[in-house]
Amino acid sequence: MAILANKDTKVICQGMTGAQASFHCEQAIAYGTQIVAGVTPGKGGIKHLSLPVYDTVARAAKETGADASLVFVPPRAAADAMIEAIDAEIPLVVCVTERVPVLDMVRVKRRLQDSDTRLIGPNSQGIITPEQCKIGIMPGHIHFPGKIGIASRSASLTYEAVGQCGRARLGQSSVVGIGGDPVYGLGFVECLELFLRDPETEGILLIGEIGGTAEEEAAAFIAAEKPKKPIAAYVAGLRAETGRRMGHAGTVNVFGKGAGAAKIEALKAAGVQVAPNAAEIGSTMRAALRG
Amino acid sequence: MNIHEFQAKELLRGYGLPLAPGGLARSAEEAEGIARELRGTPCVIKAQILAGGRGKAGGVKTARSVAEAKDLAASLLGRTLVTAQTGPAGKTVKALYVEAAVERARELYLAVLVDRSAGRVAFLGAAEGGEEIEEVAAQDPGKLHQLAVDPKAGLDASAAHAFAARLGLEGEAAAEAAKIMDGLYRAFTELDASLIEINPLVLTADGALCALDVKMSFDDNALFRHPRIADLRDRDEDDPSEVEAARYEINYVRLDGDIGCMVNGAGLALATIDLLKEHGGRPADFMDLRPVVTRQQVATGFQMILRNPKVKAILVNMYGGGILRCDTIAEGIAAAVKESGLKVPLVVRAAGTNMEIARKILTGQAIPVAFADDMAGAAAQVVAASKGQAGRGGA
Repeated sequence: MAILANKDTKVICQGMTGAQASFHCEQAIAYGTQIVAGVTPGKGGIKHLSLPVYDTVARAAKETGADASLVFVPPRAAADAMIEAIDAEIPLVVCVTERVPVLDMVRVKRRLQDSDTRLIGPNSQGIITPEQCKIGIMPGHIHFPGKIGIASRSASLTYEAVGQCGRARLGQSSVVGIGGDPVYGLGFVECLELFLRDPETEGILLIGEIGGTAEEEAAAFIAAEKPKKPIAAYVAGLRAETGRRMGHAGTVNVFGKGAGAAKIEALKAAGVQVAPNAAEIGSTMRAALRG
Repeated sequence: MNIHEFQAKELLRGYGLPLAPGGLARSAEEAEGIARELRGTPCVIKAQILAGGRGKAGGVKTARSVAEAKDLAASLLGRTLVTAQTGPAGKTVKALYVEAAVERARELYLAVLVDRSAGRVAFLGAAEGGEEIEEVAAQDPGKLHQLAVDPKAGLDASAAHAFAARLGLEGEAAAEAAKIMDGLYRAFTELDASLIEINPLVLTADGALCALDVKMSFDDNALFRHPRIADLRDRDEDDPSEVEAARYEINYVRLDGDIGCMVNGAGLALATIDLLKEHGGRPADFMDLRPVVTRQQVATGFQMILRNPKVKAILVNMYGGGILRCDTIAEGIAAAVKESGLKVPLVVRAAGTNMEIARKILTGQAIPVAFADDMAGAAAQVVAASKGQAGRGGA
């Protein structure tokens, strides 16, 4: 089962002919992912990694029946690549590109509203369903199949959390990097909805950090839905605030105080078990499962 | 990237923002000249530093005469201002903005930013602006109004009018506010701003609006399409070590503690700092290696930590991922130590891709490393090491 991606998911890669993309597509294929084609404008017709390359996403989708796209395109072209995939009605788009301009993402987010596409990222390590499908740049070998669903804002902390879950003998159903950017696609709330509906997922782990309101929104959702599955969380940056900032708007609350303490308070009030520090993520998840 | 008030005003004047007449002065004589051009009207002399809270810190003065303008300018230039937003080191005043004083009937607050949860550009406004805006907002969040803009439709004139009404403006002033909002929205979206804050936006006695103070920041990731904006960067205001690190694909923020930190990934770096502080340690920096970092760049980053005289112990916390593997980081550290030596204890926690190779690289070079198996162990060891050296030094 798992969420969003499994062994049957057919994946195209936008920008596959680039060096980094080639490396990660090879890794994904070795992991067992069905990468079926690449898309690079102007290179349609060639073969790369023994796979067909098309000029457009629409053509690639039509020829291969792909239901997911990995966007591996430089920042200045990433938004247009995401929009091309949305327009081609690809159900799942994963963008790993870092440093995409925020207002470009405002434009992408608007397009998403009028579509059925789900976007993961940008600035995300992607999504992995262990031993089935890896769409992204995460190291496959640290994951193993199991019953914990993980959604995270930070790639490096996800690996840390996955490693700790592994030592606590907790495998993963799916692991989603929602990305570290201010404006992004799939958020904690959508991940929670998907994991709660997934019969294989028995516990959910959220990895957040200071800034923004994603954790507060997750807490509000959990408080309202009162889900039966145990949920654990960790929020990074609680003690890291430096006090350097510009203007008042960042602290004027409406758009989120973004302070770690408020996030943890909200999550705890919603019944989430919050790890006191990053060293205790695995043990907190295990404790949450015991109830 | 943040720009100065005078730069923001110059930019936004082109978008129809109503401003008082004024100019930039880099010396007391220049300030005197501008005050003379303002024809004896009282003028306000404002320190140009990239931080808010200047007024309370004594960085804004009113002169009643041309001579007083010159004296005040002389006293402000070269001074270090410590405000609520500068951090403890403060900022040195190198330039002043001299502007005609405006008689204020009311002070409002108006800002444009990206509402992260809506994923849209949004206005934020309050009928009561000024320096106390944060307190006002904290005590009564209902006094802050917001208006998110649909990027497809743009800013709707009637929505802008309605928003102005919520700020307590009516008639001509409301129409003027809507026009200001239109200009700000265009500036924000055309220039890839990340913040425009007008505080206060003043309603004068004769019913006109005037932007008294403006703060403006830009999305660093979009500067590639705005070379003229990128040129506005005040390099004097940048921390040289942060600028250097950025060239090596390293995110670096200098902190005031004594434990040098090198971590791959911003989230893991934040978590590491949290853990150090929980163990009673004091981090000397936040250093996040980007995934694309090379061995040489890691070496340069490690040299930066070694060069910091406050550092009494170093913690490297690496989780090898799909792009940046532990061996790359270890090779960089080994190269740095080979060149510069290592006089303080080094604790390394290596996990994930190629962790064993990383350990072999460091032990093979006979670098004195204490390896830790997990984050908690690493934090405990390095904090103990940092205190141990402090004890000896004090004895």
